[in-house]
Amino acid sequence: MSIPKIIKLVNGEKGNLIRITSLNLEGVMRRRLLDLGFVAGAIVEVIRKSPLGDPIAFRVSQTTIALRKEESSQIEGVLMTNGE
Amino acid sequence: MGSSYRIALAGNPNTGKSTLFNALTGLRQHTGNWAGKTVSLAQGNVQYKGKTFHLIDLPGTYSLFSNSSDEEVARNYIVFEKPDVTVVVLDATSLERNFNLALQVLEMTKNVIICINLIDVAEKQGITINERILTNRLGVPVIKISARNKKGFPMLLDTIDRIVTGAIECQPVPMAYPDEIEEKIKKIEPKVFELVGNQLSARWVSLRLLDGDEKLLNEINQRFGQKEVVE
Amino acid sequence: MSIQQLYMEAQQLSSAKLRDDIVQQLYEKSHRLCSEGIKYTKSKRDTRTEKLDAIFTSPIFGFPIMLTMLGVLFYLTIAGANIPSSMLAEFFGSLEKYLTAFFSFLNTPEWVHGVLVLGLYRGTTWVISVMLPPMAIFFPTFALLENYGYLPRVAFNMDRLFKRVGAHGKQSLTMAMGFGCNAAAVISTRIIESPRERMLAILTNNFVPCNGRWGTLIVLASLFMAANFTGGLKSLVTTGVIVGIVMFGIIVTFFVSWVLSKTALKGIPTHYTLELPPYRKPKIFDTVVRSSLTRSWSVLMRAVKVAAPAAILTWVFANIFIGDTSILMYAVEFLDPFGKLLGLDGYIMMAFILGLPANEIVLPILLMGYLSTGSLTEVDSLVDLKQIFLDHGWTWLTALNMMLFSLLHYPCGTTLINIYKETKSKKWTFLAFLIPTVIAILVPLIITQTVRFFGWM
Repeated sequence: MSIPKIIKLVNGEKGNLIRITSLNLEGVMRRRLLDLGFVAGAIVEVIRKSPLGDPIAFRVSQTTIALRKEESSQIEGVLMTNGE
Repeated sequence: MGSSYRIALAGNPNTGKSTLFNALTGLRQHTGNWAGKTVSLAQGNVQYKGKTFHLIDLPGTYSLFSNSSDEEVARNYIVFEKPDVTVVVLDATSLERNFNLALQVLEMTKNVIICINLIDVAEKQGITINERILTNRLGVPVIKISARNKKGFPMLLDTIDRIVTGAIECQPVPMAYPDEIEEKIKKIEPKVFELVGNQLSARWVSLRLLDGDEKLLNEINQRFGQKEVVE
Repeated sequence: MSIQQLYMEAQQLSSAKLRDDIVQQLYEKSHRLCSEGIKYTKSKRDTRTEKLDAIFTSPIFGFPIMLTMLGVLFYLTIAGANIPSSMLAEFFGSLEKYLTAFFSFLNTPEWVHGVLVLGLYRGTTWVISVMLPPMAIFFPTFALLENYGYLPRVAFNMDRLFKRVGAHGKQSLTMAMGFGCNAAAVISTRIIESPRERMLAILTNNFVPCNGRWGTLIVLASLFMAANFTGGLKSLVTTGVIVGIVMFGIIVTFFVSWVLSKTALKGIPTHYTLELPPYRKPKIFDTVVRSSLTRSWSVLMRAVKVAAPAAILTWVFANIFIGDTSILMYAVEFLDPFGKLLGLDGYIMMAFILGLPANEIVLPILLMGYLSTGSLTEVDSLVDLKQIFLDHGWTWLTALNMMLFSLLHYPCGTTLINIYKETKSKKWTFLAFLIPTVIAILVPLIITQTVRFFGWM
């Protein structure tokens, strides 16, 4: 297998699956994201961009959550290849 | 005649909690489909077997770690107002996120019913839920309903009835944390117990103190302030 | 040992990643519960929601659909409310004749008839016939959109624009709520988690015309802006004017948000998360019945409760004379020069001041003021209504200015009380009063002076 590719959520393409490795946010926003299921190990799917490009909707723990790029650029994960 | 019991409804936004509340109480109250729609606490009564169930519709929240004022309202009601039964309404199509809240409620209080709503939608999407396994794992009753089609209401009301009469005893299976956290809980739990006694779950308060929940601290201070004077 | 000491001790034990561990543990357990107790067959996906989102949040169709929905909502409200409104007005009008006959049969003193029939009865029935039909259409239609799950998509589409002015995308939801009732919308700003953006949403909410102002806007638009059109076209033109007014309100909202976030509410946009729940077919009958009964009814009851005393008060003011001038006239004359400066008049200023408790009663108070001068005694139809305005020197400019003043002026009493309750700050509540008031004075002032300067009027 190739070396796991780490990307930021904001850079994900529609349909990408990303397994979260780290949240580089602090305070209330971090807690809020955790509560919504953006925890390390969770698998996030990139669903769609808003008509104006931002925010982006993600599928996480069976729900769809939209994040602005300020937040989604602070969340990193491993880009999963198909079939994983 | 008959006795009255307070039943709190908790749940994530968009779980059909308010639909359930309306269907049960018949109270003229509007339901919403966006986050945090139920902003003030709606209340209404249900008569069942000669008893009055006084239903309180708590704000829809994702969590009870008091990140927002809605969460605090819901948390404070469950912890300090001590409803006789707390019904946690879950969306059957996104249980993974919904269980997060249910587990938090189970840490705070004992008499809980897990009420899985939108079961008809879930079935259409090919989701089969085995409520017996869930009941077994959680230690409290798990009931499947469809608030929209008024399905599963007799079972829900009957379970509420059997909890308030003591026919069923809820034994929530405690959440186990990594050893590191468990050790810390053990260190302060006895001291917390001295302070709050059986009024609150000492384990839960310890966990919240470790997490640095200052708002809860203020709330406890306000409500248990007198006890401090005695000591 | 006090709880504070315990807290300190707990904090020494605690580590930065404790919350992460707790939540992660909860999610792992959730995940385990799901894999043990739940079987997912077929596709796990709700494909309908995805397909609908591809349309509603599409880069091409997203915004046109939003505008169309807003337009259709207003058109349904305006066109649909027309006939029932005039029917109600006629009904109450004919009932009034019987009431008057009844009072003269009882030989009651003139002032009793004045207070009860000309004051109380006329004021409240006006509120009912003008307010009830639009509300009975607007609220259920809005509730259907809301219950269907469309509104969060609006917030998703609009967020970029709100972010640019330093506000929160969810503000579009609280604004939508404001179309119904600003007081309720102020409470609904709780869905915005971050305090700064929430304050922006609170301070600018009244630039969205609430139900209490619909009546004023619709009546004036159809009387003065769409006067030369008939039938369906008239409703269409009225809708166009209303959409224009609403758009202007939204522009002011953005502008004020932008200015505030550069000055008094400086800071970077924070805490943005928005759930896009699955679309769910609402129970149409239930939703319609429930929202008509709850929202329409409660808003109407509130309007009547406020309208009744205000109507009596206005009648009394208009009929207690000091010398040969009524108290009302003294106030009107005092306010008149200022009103004229804005292209309005003393009566209109007086109506807005007395209308502070609720916007619903501004137009009835205005009419009672006009009627108390004795130029006309009965309003049977909208044609009479227009005549009353024309008799008092109204032009399209007066109507436009009054619509703008109504759109922009200070929030109603209930809303101000809610703002105080939510912000717990006298300063912010006062600002919530001051900012709109200044804008409501400046905009008509500029328009009027410009129009007069170029001699268009």
